[in-house]
Amino acid sequence: MSLDKNDVRRVAFLARIKVDEADLEPVAQDLNNIIGWVEQLAEVDTDGVEPMTGAAGLTMARRDDVVTDGGDPEKVLSNAPDRVGDFYAVPKVVE
Amino acid sequence: MSYIIQGDTGDWEVVVGLEVHAQVTSQAKLFSGSPTAFGAGPNSQVSLVDAAMPGMLPVINGYCIEQAVKTGLGLNAQINKFSVFERKNYFYADLPQGYQISQYLHPVVGEGIVTVDLADGTTRDIGIERLHMEQDAGKSMHDQDPTRSFIDLNRSGVCLMEIVTKPDIRSPEEAGAFVRKLRSILRYLGTCDGNMEQGSMRADVNVSVRKVGEDGYRTRAEIKNVNSVRFIMQAIEIEAERQVEIHENGGEIVQETRLMDPVKGETRSMRAKEFAHDYRYFPDPDLLPLELTDDFIDGLRKTLPELPDAKKQRFMDDMGLSAKDATTLVADRESADYFEAVAEGRDAKKAANWVTNDLFGALNKAGLDITDSPISAAHLGKLLTLIDDGTISGKIAKDVFDIMWETSGDPEKIVEEKGLKQITDTGAIEAAVDEIIAASPEQADEVRQGNDKAIGWFVGQVMKATQGKANPQQVNQLLREKLKG
Repeated sequence: MSLDKNDVRRVAFLARIKVDEADLEPVAQDLNNIIGWVEQLAEVDTDGVEPMTGAAGLTMARRDDVVTDGGDPEKVLSNAPDRVGDFYAVPKVVE
Repeated sequence: MSYIIQGDTGDWEVVVGLEVHAQVTSQAKLFSGSPTAFGAGPNSQVSLVDAAMPGMLPVINGYCIEQAVKTGLGLNAQINKFSVFERKNYFYADLPQGYQISQYLHPVVGEGIVTVDLADGTTRDIGIERLHMEQDAGKSMHDQDPTRSFIDLNRSGVCLMEIVTKPDIRSPEEAGAFVRKLRSILRYLGTCDGNMEQGSMRADVNVSVRKVGEDGYRTRAEIKNVNSVRFIMQAIEIEAERQVEIHENGGEIVQETRLMDPVKGETRSMRAKEFAHDYRYFPDPDLLPLELTDDFIDGLRKTLPELPDAKKQRFMDDMGLSAKDATTLVADRESADYFEAVAEGRDAKKAANWVTNDLFGALNKAGLDITDSPISAAHLGKLLTLIDDGTISGKIAKDVFDIMWETSGDPEKIVEEKGLKQITDTGAIEAAVDEIIAASPEQADEVRQGNDKAIGWFVGQVMKATQGKANPQQVNQLLREKLKG
């Protein structure tokens, strides 16, 4: 698998990362190096080996259905760049 | 009862699949300890996890898992013992994480079946494709300020079940019946309150059309976020018409997301956002796979209540109700419980008649729910007993019912106080009968000449004379003896 300039432009847009036109080619090169490095893993024969989701053999921890949080809009809004009352205010989103 | 759109080039049928988002009934959110209650002040039910502050980690609410599995069991569906939470990536102001934690390749619930009841008394099976758990997003308000949108994250992180049907639905009626049936099952299970006005349940409606007899599916459009049964049915009608017109004019349907405008009676394209559907799902590294044991699943299976289909069958088989009455009564659990309380130890068919006709009629007229009924099940039951043991006539019972409706009173006391007890004293009834026969020689002759209908007139007169308190059978019998005997 390899990426070209257009793939990089598209992925950057989806991730809302600004990449200058001049940088697209070098970034594609970097990403291809990384992908190529990871793809070496495909050389290992994994037939009949169950996919592993973690090394520790843990199962997912569960929480009880109890309210332990909330009730503090000030804390939640303390880093908001803009607010109106207890709402976050953001530049208008036009559908 | 098939739903056909007659076009210029022939008959078309509609193919519909639904994605229903149902809010899981729980105290706390799916991955945080903040509350889920409706109607709280803005951002007052938000934890730092829901606001996606750096370093926050999700921990799953075990009860939400139980609710999802219970729902799967209620939909007669496959429960997957291994499922995975993935990140669905997109940017929007009310999605602080920049992704929604959802399930994609490995949902917790697989294929199932919902049997829907149609107006003509038939049923149809609608296939369930899957059910998965996911987080809800926050709420945006765009109309409060000229330059800014307001964001409330109270809903952010609330657990939703997305229930996806197979493209098995063939008419607006079936879609409506499916949503009502699903809502009924969820309410019986207690896994979602089904409250569409508060947004606890909403649907995305996938619609395509094809010529009758055609195999395969044509391109579909998706109508987003429809929030009532009526609008879902309306959206299908409108969208199918639109598509037939495009096909017949040689056009192409664009696979896109559309919005329903119930006021204008149209659907319109949400400006096709470029890349909008490239969500780049990947397994959430913050969460291990969800693994369920047979013990866990069987334990939940044992807690399932009797569901509407089983209840309906029992009402028909054991209590002798008609399919129509049974369907009406089991539509919600409260109605079914009410009916069973009335029918307990009494004639079930009569109980069903009183509940579905008289009580539901009055409730509908007043716009009340069964839970707000001014007449308790115990009182309605007593009224039936009063008819059965001959204390009052069926006709008087209707009057007593009206008084019970107004006063929430005990029927025994009402009958006592108003002196409505049936006259069973033959002598008193006979006197009334004689008097009326003597006063109406012409009608009496008619009966004697064989006009049986005229007897009905006499019964009416006697009932009137006794203020309805005579036993009609007894009156009838006496009249026959005297006029024809």
